[in-house]
Amino acid sequence: MLTDLLKWGGKRPDQPPGFAPPAARSADEPVMASKAFPKFLNLLAPRESPLLLDFGPVVGGNVEFYGERLGCKLFIEDLVGELDRHTRAGTIGQMADSFKTRFRHADASVDGILCWDLFDFLDKASVQALAQQIVRMLRPGGAVMGLFCTSSVERSTYTKFEIVDEKNLRCRAHNGVGGARRALQNRDIIKMFEGLSVSDSFLLKNNTREMLLRRS
Amino acid sequence: MWKRDEAVKPTPAASGPAPAPAPAVGQPPAAAAELRTSNYATEPTRGIERSAVNIGKSVVIKGELNGSEDLTIEGQVEGKIELRQNVLTIGPNGRIKAQVFAKSVVVLGEVTGNVTASEKVDIRDNGSVDGDIAAPRVAIAEGAHFRGSIDMQKAAAKPGESKPAEAKPAETKAAAAQPAAAPAATAAR
Repeated sequence: MLTDLLKWGGKRPDQPPGFAPPAARSADEPVMASKAFPKFLNLLAPRESPLLLDFGPVVGGNVEFYGERLGCKLFIEDLVGELDRHTRAGTIGQMADSFKTRFRHADASVDGILCWDLFDFLDKASVQALAQQIVRMLRPGGAVMGLFCTSSVERSTYTKFEIVDEKNLRCRAHNGVGGARRALQNRDIIKMFEGLSVSDSFLLKNNTREMLLRRS
Repeated sequence: MWKRDEAVKPTPAASGPAPAPAPAVGQPPAAAAELRTSNYATEPTRGIERSAVNIGKSVVIKGELNGSEDLTIEGQVEGKIELRQNVLTIGPNGRIKAQVFAKSVVVLGEVTGNVTASEKVDIRDNGSVDGDIAAPRVAIAEGAHFRGSIDMQKAAAKPGESKPAEAKPAETKAAAAQPAAAPAATAAR
């Protein structure tokens, strides 16, 4: 009987070999402290039902968090998923054009945009096309948050950012094919978001730049 | 403790004749014949006995579905579903192409259309929603598919609120969700 009790905490015989309970999986994934994200939330929180665009994949926990913290209208535009589809199909060149027609939000109608680290993986034309759409859609006083790598990496996996709390983000591996990361210079970022101003910029310990841009 | 067996036994009321399947407006008579009650509870209710009505795998309903009982759909529904005071569960085999209005919606199957709930929308593992959601609380499980927008209202979203306070915005929400859902056509991927 005692052995039965001891087995309670262990793996069940019906579980597959690679199985790890969610808590264990989460423990392996790095958590990064974010400085820009709390600021981003504070900018959106006072607004009445803000409209938020998330360019990352659907993460259930994030959706709940947005609901509880912001009570927003959320549009999940899974551009990482789209990037993955284009990469697999070898049609990455078509992404820039797709951005021109994809977003049907009116001009100056969006309060907040979470780009995560998407820009690192896009080609030059796509970066420009997406930035133009962001500037077009963002409402005065609205904010954009992006993460940018500081040095180019030949091949890297995509990351799913899961909100742990207001100040911490868990970096989970995305099951996409990944791709090369291109480091954008600060001046390039400022130039591509012409019309927005850099409100905050933080260099994190993992050499990622967090940037918060606002439309005045 | 020794009375546990008795407690588990079905009560006469539960094993008695099935209540009339209220959520069956607008479907063909054949489909109505396949409606049956079940005790497949979607969420625990505080001491209130609640039976849920099942729409079986082979049932196809085209039209409007209204009701005042919890409902589980394993078949196909096209049109509109309204269970404003009850829980709607789309089972793993359920295929819905409809506008949905309910108190809570649990999705294990496929939904194409806008979903409005006054309490919660819960997309479980392998569940799929292609459409816009309007609800104060939305849960999306790992492995679930969702494509659309989500409209969550701040006031109703905060936990620990009393029930009447929740019920009030629920009424306004259903109405307010319509204009909010309009850009939904613009929906996200």
